[in-house]
Amino acid sequence: MDINEIIKEENLVYRKSAVLNDKVFNFCPGCGHGVVQKLIAEVVEEMNIESEVIGVGSVGCSVLVYEFMELDVVSAAHGRAAAVATGIKRVMPDKYVFSLQGDGDLAAIGTSESIHACNRGENITMIFINNGIYGMTGGQMAPTSLHGMKTATSPYGRNEAMGHPIRMSDVVAQLEGTYYVTRQAVHTPAMVRKAKKALRQAFENQKLNKGLSFVEFVTNCNSGWKLSPIKANQWLDQHMLPFYPLGDIKTEGVIVTKDK
Amino acid sequence: MAKIRGAIVVDTERCKGCELCMYNCPTQTIGMEHKVNSKGYHYAYMENPEACIGCTNCAVVCPDGVITVYKKKFEQ
Amino acid sequence: MAELRLMKGNEAIAEAAIRAGADGYFGYPITPQSEVLEYFMAENATERTGMVVLQAESEVASIYMVYGAASTGKKIMTSSSSPGISLMQEGLSYLAGAELPCLVLNVVRGGPGLGDIQPSQGDYFQSVKGGGHGDYKLIVLAPSSVQEMSDFVPLAFDLAFKYRNPALILADGAIGQMMEKVDLFEPIPRKTEITEPWAVKGKQPGEPKRTITSLDLDPYGMEKHNEHLQAKYRAMEENDVRYEAIQCDDAEYIFVAYGVSARICQKAVQLAREKGIKAGLLRPITLFPFPKKQLAELADRVKGFLAVELSAGQMVEDVRLAVNGKVKVEHFGRMGGIVHSPFEVVAALESKIINV
Repeated sequence: MDINEIIKEENLVYRKSAVLNDKVFNFCPGCGHGVVQKLIAEVVEEMNIESEVIGVGSVGCSVLVYEFMELDVVSAAHGRAAAVATGIKRVMPDKYVFSLQGDGDLAAIGTSESIHACNRGENITMIFINNGIYGMTGGQMAPTSLHGMKTATSPYGRNEAMGHPIRMSDVVAQLEGTYYVTRQAVHTPAMVRKAKKALRQAFENQKLNKGLSFVEFVTNCNSGWKLSPIKANQWLDQHMLPFYPLGDIKTEGVIVTKDK
Repeated sequence: MAKIRGAIVVDTERCKGCELCMYNCPTQTIGMEHKVNSKGYHYAYMENPEACIGCTNCAVVCPDGVITVYKKKFEQ
Repeated sequence: MAELRLMKGNEAIAEAAIRAGADGYFGYPITPQSEVLEYFMAENATERTGMVVLQAESEVASIYMVYGAASTGKKIMTSSSSPGISLMQEGLSYLAGAELPCLVLNVVRGGPGLGDIQPSQGDYFQSVKGGGHGDYKLIVLAPSSVQEMSDFVPLAFDLAFKYRNPALILADGAIGQMMEKVDLFEPIPRKTEITEPWAVKGKQPGEPKRTITSLDLDPYGMEKHNEHLQAKYRAMEENDVRYEAIQCDDAEYIFVAYGVSARICQKAVQLAREKGIKAGLLRPITLFPFPKKQLAELADRVKGFLAVELSAGQMVEDVRLAVNGKVKVEHFGRMGGIVHSPFEVVAALESKIINV
């Protein structure tokens, strides 16, 4: 059978979202950042809200988000994305505002801004990429690095004197201002499909004006972890997910209690 | 009986050769080309085009959005 | 409507912001400027005009809320005092780099460090030389009365939007706390439509997307951006220098002073003239752009300058650069929150300039 019988516009089932342009992502091969930006683009396109979205980029691997997305984007200083998003949303309450932040940005230098935006219940979508390491600066320890994890600044493994990995989603779920808190992953097709639903929910929630929606993505950093993309994803399953379990943590303003 | 057939088109210049598509393909359709693109990456291609069912797993998991997927139902 | 009222400087600036059609205020309490946020809240500013007023968790958060809100092309403001303004320096550098207009008020207190809560002018360098990292300038206005605390708000917004640059109102604890009568201007309605082509509002069909950033990883691009910023600062120096010359026409000696120091020097001019000394006062209203040309012209016909500041001598350096060695330039200052008396100022003129 001629393959060209299949490759026809009417048979199309998946194509990169038009909200992404054709520039090549600056991410390393296999990086979860790319999948997350793809999902943001898909959700925005499917909701048909391109003209109503203002994104907030941060400092870290996703700093160039405005290069790849055909959206209006404001680029924040390191750690300040939640404050910048607050400023935008407060004066433009009818727009959809999201921040895209890594673990250094959201859970270290910007902890104060992140927690207070959550606590005020800013009606925004905070997207948090947790790969347990500082990717852009070359693989240094993050607040989310696991116990024993080897990084450029913990070459013999993270020990207790270096502090403990922080579960930001669980922290912000405790705050009254958060309406939806979920932890997702994007390294298998099934997880990506599930994560997209969660992200869509987090954007839809902005219509309700009931508080902040927080979506954590536990992703790989294969360069930082010094593993191939496939091995990094296996390591993620074996080490990251037991400490950062996936699923909804808070829905409709109520913490999800898991029956054992 | 109807048969589902799929096909993928890879944007070879934007592919970084991470192999996640190949790893996540349920029908072993995808292989990595021995040739490299201008950046030096081995890029994904349909090694067994007959096997593709158009499930989109490869495209969904691709971090760079380089895979376009088509699917068609054929009556046999 | 226009209206005459007795107000504190900090209250006047808040009332002026409401009347100037400000769209948002984000701030954090610190003495001696806490009345600004208190006034917005007590006056129900949001009900009066629909403007946003939000108490942030820190000055760092305040300035980045300003950055975000200013990205939408609206009139946005924050205020603080010295230690808080220090925390905002990173944000001000980003605002200047991303070319966002906004209004920042600094009601300066004594420093360094926690210092005290009395009037000071020790933040001059920080205000006019950049303050944060990189090559940039703020438009700096120095009010010397409660009236000017009000009048400079619409002026600062106009200049900020004209140049797409943050504007700073550099007051001090005295101007912020003192009460005077203020002739409040007629309210200006808030803008209903944003016409700034650079402002983010969501990518509109058929229009290019808008990006607000100060990043350019290409060094040639970054140099070009810097040259563009420098050209803007030169245009400010060309077109928007503001100053007040008091009895300078026949003067032999010139006090150079701004803010509360200028008020004291006005009295000092009078006292000096009673003693037969022909003194005048050059009061810079814009500290950046600085009235360099005016000082240089005066230097051709006077015998000396005394820069009078509540600092160890900061503005005096800019006076010296402008005068360029033509005549003597000295500094007289008090520090730590002590305000000089007009008698001290005249004595300093005599001992440092005239009788040397």
